[in-house]
Amino acid sequence: MSFESGTSEELDRELAETLQEYRAGINAWAEAAMVRPRAVEVRPAHRPIWRLAAGWGLSCVLVVGGLSAGAYTHVHRQQMAKIAAARVVEQQKVVAEARAQQEEEDLLAQVDSDVSREVPSAMEPLAQLMSGDSIR
Amino acid sequence: MATAEEIAAEEFSGVVTKHRPQIFRFLLASTRDADLAETLTQECFLKAHRNWAGFRGESSAMTWLMRIAINLQKDHWRSRRMQFWRLTQTHAVDLDEASDWLPSGERSAEQKLLARERVGQVSKAVAKLSERQRTMFLLRYVEEMDLAEIARTTGVNEGTVKAHLSRALTRVRAELGGQR
Repeated sequence: MSFESGTSEELDRELAETLQEYRAGINAWAEAAMVRPRAVEVRPAHRPIWRLAAGWGLSCVLVVGGLSAGAYTHVHRQQMAKIAAARVVEQQKVVAEARAQQEEEDLLAQVDSDVSREVPSAMEPLAQLMSGDSIR
Repeated sequence: MATAEEIAAEEFSGVVTKHRPQIFRFLLASTRDADLAETLTQECFLKAHRNWAGFRGESSAMTWLMRIAINLQKDHWRSRRMQFWRLTQTHAVDLDEASDWLPSGERSAEQKLLARERVGQVSKAVAKLSERQRTMFLLRYVEEMDLAEIARTTGVNEGTVKAHLSRALTRVRAELGGQR
């Protein structure tokens, strides 16, 4: 660019010229802008009926959709909760049955062992004799 | 017989006719937006009309009006909405610019192109100046006011005006590639 070369005097002359051109540009721009018509946005007073109807329709669909989704979610959650509660009860029942069976088996085993160890009193001398023979 | 009010209204009407183009030009150069400049010009004359009775003619009507315009412009930039505006303006591509309105004169196409480029660079440099520097630069090089008039209009002393103008010119030179 010419501003990068030349003497300081030339530079000032060129700067002065450029500033004059800038002024002329601003002047011309201002003159043109002053006489131009200003744009005013005019909006229709009423919206067309079909747009109004479409707006209402869409709003209704959205409201009904929202309510249905909410109700479905609520019912679904309730069902899931019921199923989960039933599963828990069933599981508890199975555990309780297993425990009761185990206790019964334990009791029977204990009774069996107690009964098998005791020798009737009438057979006691024979039992002692048998134990003496076996020592010998 | 005309009443005092009618005389004042007629006087003010004359002031508007005489000074409106200059006020508008200054605001346009400063804001680089024709609609905004038009709005601010209207606000300026509205304010001046309201206070016309209080204008005692200590300074010229032009100085008084320019002072109002400068204050309006300042308030405008400071307002929140204008912060957004300024941001948009900085990033926007300017379609209306001083460089687009250069008088063609008797020049070759190359000369026109060069002039347009140089004026565009001045515009860009002016946009980057601080608010005060820009105001003083425009008053000096667009409105062609002398230092004393600028001092009166902006309410600072001539030394301060000189300092601001010098800084502004340095930045414009730098933009034009004259900084060595």
